[in-house]
Amino acid sequence: MNYIEHIGKYFLMLSRVFRKPQRSKVFYQAFMKEVEDLGLKSLGIIMFISFFIGGVIALQTALNLDNPFIPKSLVGFAAKRSIILEFAPTFCSIILAGKVGSYITSSIGTMRVTEQIDALEVMGINSLNHLVLPKILAAVFFYPFLISLGMFLGIFGGWTAGVLSGLFNGLDYIEGIQLDFKPFLLFYAIVKTLVFAFLIATVPSYHGYYVKGGSIAVGRASTQSVVWTTILIVIANYFLTQMLLT
Amino acid sequence: MIEVKDLHKGFGDVKVLKGISATFHPGKTNLIIGQSGSGKTVFLKSLIGLHTPEKGTISFDGRINTQFTQDQKQQWRQEIGMVFQGSALFDSQTVEDNVMFPLKMFTTKSEDEMLERVNFVLNRVNLENSNKKLPAELSGGMQKRVAIARAIVMNPKYLFCDEPNSGLDPRTAIVIDNLIQEITDEYKITTVINTHDMNSVMEIGEKIVFLENGKKAWEGTSDDMFKTDNEAVVSFVYSSNLFKKVREAYLRETK
Repeated sequence: MNYIEHIGKYFLMLSRVFRKPQRSKVFYQAFMKEVEDLGLKSLGIIMFISFFIGGVIALQTALNLDNPFIPKSLVGFAAKRSIILEFAPTFCSIILAGKVGSYITSSIGTMRVTEQIDALEVMGINSLNHLVLPKILAAVFFYPFLISLGMFLGIFGGWTAGVLSGLFNGLDYIEGIQLDFKPFLLFYAIVKTLVFAFLIATVPSYHGYYVKGGSIAVGRASTQSVVWTTILIVIANYFLTQMLLT
Repeated sequence: MIEVKDLHKGFGDVKVLKGISATFHPGKTNLIIGQSGSGKTVFLKSLIGLHTPEKGTISFDGRINTQFTQDQKQQWRQEIGMVFQGSALFDSQTVEDNVMFPLKMFTTKSEDEMLERVNFVLNRVNLENSNKKLPAELSGGMQKRVAIARAIVMNPKYLFCDEPNSGLDPRTAIVIDNLIQEITDEYKITTVINTHDMNSVMEIGEKIVFLENGKKAWEGTSDDMFKTDNEAVVSFVYSSNLFKKVREAYLRETK
């Protein structure tokens, strides 16, 4: 199957996903379960990575800005910009593509190969709407919170690293964070997060839903879904940056 | 009653079903048998609407399924119960939730009413005290019984089973066979079972359709099967020495 066919099939899938749920109560329960599976269960890794990467960004910046004419507050400024613009929305989304994407593909793919999706269809349930829409809404609803938390912890990690290493003063760092603050940059980060959340929920769902074969095929589809989600996040990142920041 | 007329289905250049016609009556266990690759699963999946036929019609009590409106199709789907080969239970849900799922999706019953119905069908398949277990905690036979409970919870008019005995030991297989036959008789359901388990054929086959290379090669009852001279049936059914001897004994006794 060529790329054009995959793209067409992906959009046909979306047209079946975006229908009114058959039972709102069942849908709400599925949505809350996905918030837990896709969002809450990713809190730990996002918090951990954000804190330490924020620290590394601040240390690297401080070590490279050793000119006495450059104010030390620039470390906080550079760390804040890097974290808000790229690290939190893009880097965290790529991590989520790996963690959540493989989970989505393998869970839906296993349902496909064990005929659970056929069972839903035979009952008269729109299986795509039932399985994929709660995932999309959960990701789009929860990831902005997750990424915002990543931003905060990244910046906090930078401050902690600076204070513990003695490479820069905590007050200089805080001054740098407040320097030239543009709320639009947060809007830009959230827009990117929403697009990435949509990709993280739909691309792995596509790979899982149309898997053919057995457990090996499911494993292969999981790998492919992570690769393609990452590629699409990187491409979308480029175009969004060009559209929103230039 | 289900009437199939001149059913054709293929995938690309491969023609799987080549004009099958058959009638399945209510209150009877109708069996589809045949070698692997003879088209049994495609035939069954066409009956339940997972495959769209290229040619031919399938009518359910006079209603042709390819001519249904969206609402009629939805209604028809709720008249169908299906037991899949691997049970197809939802892994993340308990036995109770699995069986309750169609009720939650398609009825306006209260939680208590749904629970009452779930307990009734679980009781019917002899699975009390398993409500809160996950499918992974059950044996193969118990999973099949949960699948049967889920299939009958909406009071279906038509029950389809794909290899209900596969992977089960002979004693459990007989339990499942008898359960399906009892339910069919009790609720006057039109049951169609896809199998290559010859014990099932002899035990519960009230009507048997034999498929070969995508065509109906023979049909009759289990008694007819002992008497038939049809070469395809004889070479398939009586390929084991045990069944050969059973047939010889039957023919000796009925002479």
